[in-house]
Amino acid sequence: MNSGQDVPAAGVVARGWGWRHAPRKRWAVSDLDLRIEPGERVLLLGASGAGKSTLLQALAGVLGGEDDGEPSGELLVGGKPPAESRGRAGLVLQDPDSQVILAKVGDDVAFGCENLGVPRQEIWPRVREALDAVGLDVALDRSTAALSGGQKQRLALAGVLAMRPGLLLLDEPTANLDPAGVVDVRDAVARVLERTGATLVVVEHRVDVWLPLVDRVVVLSPGGGLLADGSPHAVLTDQGRVLAEAGVWVPGFPPALPARHRASGPDLLLAGDLSVGRGSRVEALVVKADIELTVAAGMTTAITGPNGSGKTTLGFTLAGLLPPLAGVVEATPELRGLQTGRHAGISEHPIRWTSRQLLTRIGTVFQEPEHQFLTATVREELEVGPRALKLPAGEIDARVDELLQRLRLDAVAAANPFTLSGGEKRRLSVATVLATRPRILMLDEPTFGQDARTWAEQVAILAEFVDAGGAVVAATHDRAFVEALADAEVGL
Amino acid sequence: MTSTTTSIPSRNLKWRVVDIVVASVIAVASSVVFFGWNIAHDAVTAPFKALLPGLQALDGGIWLFAGVLTALVVRKPGAALYGELVAAVISALLGGQYGATVIVSGLVQGLGAEVVFLVFFYLNWRLYVAILAGIGAGIAKGVLELIVWYPGADALFATVYIVSSIVSGAVIAGFLSWLAVRGLAKTGALDRFASGRGTVRV
Amino acid sequence: MSVAAEGSRQVSPGKGAMRPFEAVNPVAKFGAALLLAACLVLTIDWVSAGTALLLELAAMPFLGVRARAFWLRTLAVWIAAPLTGLTILLYGQASGTVYWEWLTIRVSDGSIDLAIATALRVLAIGLPAVVLFITVDATDLADGLAQVWRLPSRFVLGALAALRLVGLFLDDWRYLELARRARGVGDTGRIRRVPGQVFALLVLAIRRGSRLATAMEARGFGGETERTWARDSRFGWREWLVACAGLMVGMISIAAAVLTGHWNFIVG
Repeated sequence: MNSGQDVPAAGVVARGWGWRHAPRKRWAVSDLDLRIEPGERVLLLGASGAGKSTLLQALAGVLGGEDDGEPSGELLVGGKPPAESRGRAGLVLQDPDSQVILAKVGDDVAFGCENLGVPRQEIWPRVREALDAVGLDVALDRSTAALSGGQKQRLALAGVLAMRPGLLLLDEPTANLDPAGVVDVRDAVARVLERTGATLVVVEHRVDVWLPLVDRVVVLSPGGGLLADGSPHAVLTDQGRVLAEAGVWVPGFPPALPARHRASGPDLLLAGDLSVGRGSRVEALVVKADIELTVAAGMTTAITGPNGSGKTTLGFTLAGLLPPLAGVVEATPELRGLQTGRHAGISEHPIRWTSRQLLTRIGTVFQEPEHQFLTATVREELEVGPRALKLPAGEIDARVDELLQRLRLDAVAAANPFTLSGGEKRRLSVATVLATRPRILMLDEPTFGQDARTWAEQVAILAEFVDAGGAVVAATHDRAFVEALADAEVGL
Repeated sequence: MTSTTTSIPSRNLKWRVVDIVVASVIAVASSVVFFGWNIAHDAVTAPFKALLPGLQALDGGIWLFAGVLTALVVRKPGAALYGELVAAVISALLGGQYGATVIVSGLVQGLGAEVVFLVFFYLNWRLYVAILAGIGAGIAKGVLELIVWYPGADALFATVYIVSSIVSGAVIAGFLSWLAVRGLAKTGALDRFASGRGTVRV
Repeated sequence: MSVAAEGSRQVSPGKGAMRPFEAVNPVAKFGAALLLAACLVLTIDWVSAGTALLLELAAMPFLGVRARAFWLRTLAVWIAAPLTGLTILLYGQASGTVYWEWLTIRVSDGSIDLAIATALRVLAIGLPAVVLFITVDATDLADGLAQVWRLPSRFVLGALAALRLVGLFLDDWRYLELARRARGVGDTGRIRRVPGQVFALLVLAIRRGSRLATAMEARGFGGETERTWARDSRFGWREWLVACAGLMVGMISIAAAVLTGHWNFIVG
């Protein structure tokens, strides 16, 4: 047990190391030879599926035993197998919500110390010290549920830090955060490294965030072994293009933007005096009042603001999923379809529409694609909307086939939607909405936590939709997305 | 190192951390279902309940699926008991209407299902075993409730009550849990469990 | 949303100004409810149930539960008691004069007595079980179960950590509902959509659970080292007092029934 402040940094040695997850045939990592000296700060890159997360979990000793998979070769942290040196390596993961373990801030930070058998009188000083180091200045009995995403990630960092690790492992720690949260977490890591001198291995698609902190870049090859290894400058210069194509955000290699043919069309949706927030009309917690906006065909509207500012709520209110707390959301005759004379009876308030009436007018893409999945195959998933519209079978097949091909989902048409990769799930969730040809597309954080490749695909699909006369409303905190697509911005 | 694929069911009976946490999570999700069912169901059917001669136990399986489902997913000794008990404790913490008494219910019902899996040495997880476990839980529930809440009931009521509990346990707790696990395995959510490894994926 | 807020408040109430009873170790409250129930379950008669109920109502003011919370949380018990009584009135063991008979229903002197006893008994067992749990904090309960009752800490803490996900599950449920409206299948009955949503919730829950397990292992959870506890869970004189009080209420009720000749053992 380390009781003092100075914990020696731990180095990493891998010799022909590999890992195969139990139900799979393919090795997640193979033939890895790598040496990281104590105190080095390494940015670990690679295409998705190259085994970055597997390697970090192996270093943290949490890959599990023979029930979970099969190792090969040798992997050492501080000269010992990771499973035997628990607490030497501390791991922070991507999803802030699944890392909070206990209900109160102090208890959560203490959790790791308790597991390592640190005596009680020593735990609480460590907890305060760790919270101080990550700059989380909240009471020990503060509810962890009340923290923002960035605060939760710093809490996780503090929890790891209180264990006094010699090796800090970060697996996309800022991918799910808004820009302010990203900077807070990065700065907290910088402070921690300065104080402890620990070794750092960080995985992150957004290279620019971590460049000021790292002194070495290692690129894993999807086929096993390393693709590149060296100083950040050398690796990013040599391998920049390859990395960018693999989805890494490399400075100087921005994702390709689609050519646009902007032409705005008729107004579709008008919001006046609109208030949004949590709660009901009776007991409302208004987040934003007096919102005025117009959604027109051929236009992209971005709703921006930090996490928790009510972007999603406003988006859902416009999309006819939530009732306005005050004011109105009004569909124009154009959107209601009055000029064609088919829907004379339809209300001007989208919230009063039936679920089926929404389909051809406003489609919503949720932040978490899994919230939207209803069936057991990709093809059936695409058929849900057209079937609800009672389209003829031939028309359904034609639409589904066209979407499968256009969004490159034909290879996985028979797969279960939940088993798709992150990028495929994204494309499928957009495709299910496009299948009913709505006039307006509402998207909640469409580029959240994505690598550069999935990001570019998403932007291209949306640009095509808008240029064909559709309207996009997107709740987002992604500046690059706003600059690539938005014609109007509503800041909350 | 071998290159054979592992499609043989795991016989490691020691609980891993992921077994414990996922079992707990299933129990917690179940307790949310209990909580919701309490509100939605009682409001509508409570007035009729008194008038049914024992048939009210037909919805009882809803309170029994947590144990069977947990066991079918993690496949460890004690999983049915643990899942049902934790679901009961948490529904009490959330504000369940019968407070701490549901904890005893959870314990007894969990044991009812657990005994069945034990009889099959924790090796058999097929449909008929799941249904038997649901029946075991149903018997346990029926008997306990007759003792605690309806000790004065006549023989006919008691018989109808027990039979209803058994049917409900078999269908809702047994069959539906088995169906759910089959569906879950297809979504890849059970990749870290033997129950999710019927098929080998590339 | 109100459900979510309610849920999380119950799960982790702030400890600000604790009244004395609130600070009592939850395992003692749990033990008291259990001992009391164990006594009352043995007999079905109106004297034991009535005595227990009177003693319990007399003790209520000392339990630190606000009137509003008391009625809100125990409402279901107040509704269930007469209904359970009614069931027994109609289907209870008949004896003495039979007043009404229709199909399987038989109302008699015997079933009337049993019905009154049953209704009182539901209240006597249900009320303390609910009230004693109103002031229980999940973390305190887990500390008590693991440190005082020595239940395996891996399981107790696993359940405690999973409990924290309740708020996320309730959010998930809301999103699942909205998503069904957005996908064009929201026009069918809500009840009919429940099984599908429960399944989707399970998928999301198990995914989250697997990630949570990794996060916990990354903090050394489940290792070989003997665990220490940052918070001390004590079982002192106050706890003994509460547990004994529960037992005493049960014993006094039994004694009252036996002495007045109303003792009616449940089997036989």
